[in-house]
Amino acid sequence: MGKTIAEKILSGHSGRDAHAGDIVVAEIDLAMVQDGTGPLTIQKLQGLGLEKVANPESTVLFIDHAAPSPRKELSNAHKILREFAQKTGVQLSEVGGGICHQILVESFVRPGDVVVGADSHTCTSGALGAFATGMGSTDVAIVIASGKTWFRVPETIKILINGELPYGVYAKDLILHIIGLIGADGATYKALEFTGETIQDMIMSERFTLCNMAVEAGAKTGLINSDEITRAFLKAQGREEDFRIVKSDEDASYERIIEIDASLLEPMVSLPHEVDNVKPVGEVEGTKVDQVFIGSCTNGRIEDLRVAAHILKGNRCYPGTRLLICPASRGVYLQVVKEGLLDTMIAAGAAILNTGCGPCVGVHQGILADGEVCLSTQNRNFKGRMGNPESFIYLCSPATAAASAIEGKITDPREYL
Amino acid sequence: MILRGKAHKFGDDISTDLIAPGRLFHLRTNLPELAKHVLEDADPNFAKKVKPGDLIVAGKNFGLGSSREHAAAIIKLAGVGGVLARSFARIFYRNAINVGLPALICDTSQIDQGDELQVDIEKGKIRNLTKEMVIETKPLPKVMLNILEDGGLIEHFKKHGKFKLD
Ligand code: SF4
Repeated sequence: MGKTIAEKILSGHSGRDAHAGDIVVAEIDLAMVQDGTGPLTIQKLQGLGLEKVANPESTVLFIDHAAPSPRKELSNAHKILREFAQKTGVQLSEVGGGICHQILVESFVRPGDVVVGADSHTCTSGALGAFATGMGSTDVAIVIASGKTWFRVPETIKILINGELPYGVYAKDLILHIIGLIGADGATYKALEFTGETIQDMIMSERFTLCNMAVEAGAKTGLINSDEITRAFLKAQGREEDFRIVKSDEDASYERIIEIDASLLEPMVSLPHEVDNVKPVGEVEGTKVDQVFIGSCTNGRIEDLRVAAHILKGNRCYPGTRLLICPASRGVYLQVVKEGLLDTMIAAGAAILNTGCGPCVGVHQGILADGEVCLSTQNRNFKGRMGNPESFIYLCSPATAAASAIEGKITDPREYL
Repeated sequence: MILRGKAHKFGDDISTDLIAPGRLFHLRTNLPELAKHVLEDADPNFAKKVKPGDLIVAGKNFGLGSSREHAAAIIKLAGVGGVLARSFARIFYRNAINVGLPALICDTSQIDQGDELQVDIEKGKIRNLTKEMVIETKPLPKVMLNILEDGGLIEHFKKHGKFKLD
């Protein structure tokens, strides 16, 4: 019987013929932590009496969640990461570098790798055909020390998507639709494989958006076969030699197959306080927004910011609506500058934030007041996510976000495209 | 491993943001202080009323969201003996076991606030002493049971130098 991508990669890394449900110990190609989870990892490594790192060149510490630090406790947390990097020779991504998941796909992850990160959206890298999953600080500590971890090989749900996405409808709308369909626990412990014509034609940026939100359905990872689009992306990053073909077998066995006709989709919005509370934009149009955030590991890439700038061009944010824009990485920021998008955004009234997580996790740069509404391109709208449990978060695509910033209320972006 | 304690009921989809809020990010390097706020946004009085050994009993998808292990760690630090839920988000589930916090998947619909429970983790048997009934469930996979019995993943690794799968 054939294998899914997850079964293939975990077989290759555990030296056995692994199938869904098996428990295996696998070699890890890449491990990472960020400033919210890393200090605990380091404390655990010290508890283990192990400060030696199995693979320093493929262990990366990111300072992105609270970067630059807004308060002394976090400055001290950052210091722990810097000192550890200096002592052990692991890689460190400093303030201004960008969001961990974006830098991983730009510079580190290869198709076929097993990647673990102390951050739940590590599944983003699955779009390159890597088995990438989030874990806690202690799990990653053991990986850093030993180069290995255990996995239960997940069953895979195939999401078969055919048809062309209509104008003004993006991967973000598609993944919100899928999560609304299967629920926030619809894929718990499972892998999601995104496949079909729509995916074959989809640019990498959009594929990352899809896989990024796999965890929002409870999935262990999201996966996409690597192909010529993957190769072109790696080539553009100057690492075509990292390309490998990774794909599931024709006769692989899936737990279930969900078919979606992309041509029927509309712009979608997720309502507070659950990601799976999804509605077409028409049903929430007119909802007043106090803050709009365009950025995050879900939608802070150059392709996202181009769409936003296109809509903002020649327009101004509605009086009283704050627009925050945050490029996902230094590379994205440079490109924004090069293409002249910055002028358009600033002229439209946007505040441009330094690269990183921005206000997504509620630590700094845009914490909401009681009763305020934020429309965001990030991946989560849990109560309290943006720093105030008395506020309300709606999720959408960069196009919907930009159009809504101009109108001061949730707006169908198709009128602006 | 046998747990005994009183049930504190929670609903479905208790996120790690409700357990360990992002606005307290700066307390992540000070777990005893963070533990004073455990589950604050789901039940503001929880940290004050929980007694050592008490059990959290929840609906589906407990611990969804962020990978922050601090969420599991502060539940344990607050004195909670274990968590029973209809299902767990997978990162939280692993984290709980890794920090030595028992977590068991079972049908929790028959357990009410304040019920006195006795839980046999190895056997997957929950006795509701208040209601005089027994709930049976699948025990943890062996590797997780081993980690839990050793007191967490660090202790497990120190003891065996590797993962003990069976
Ligand atoms: S952008 Fe948001 S979701 Fe992504 S890694 Fe940062 S905090 Fe997490």
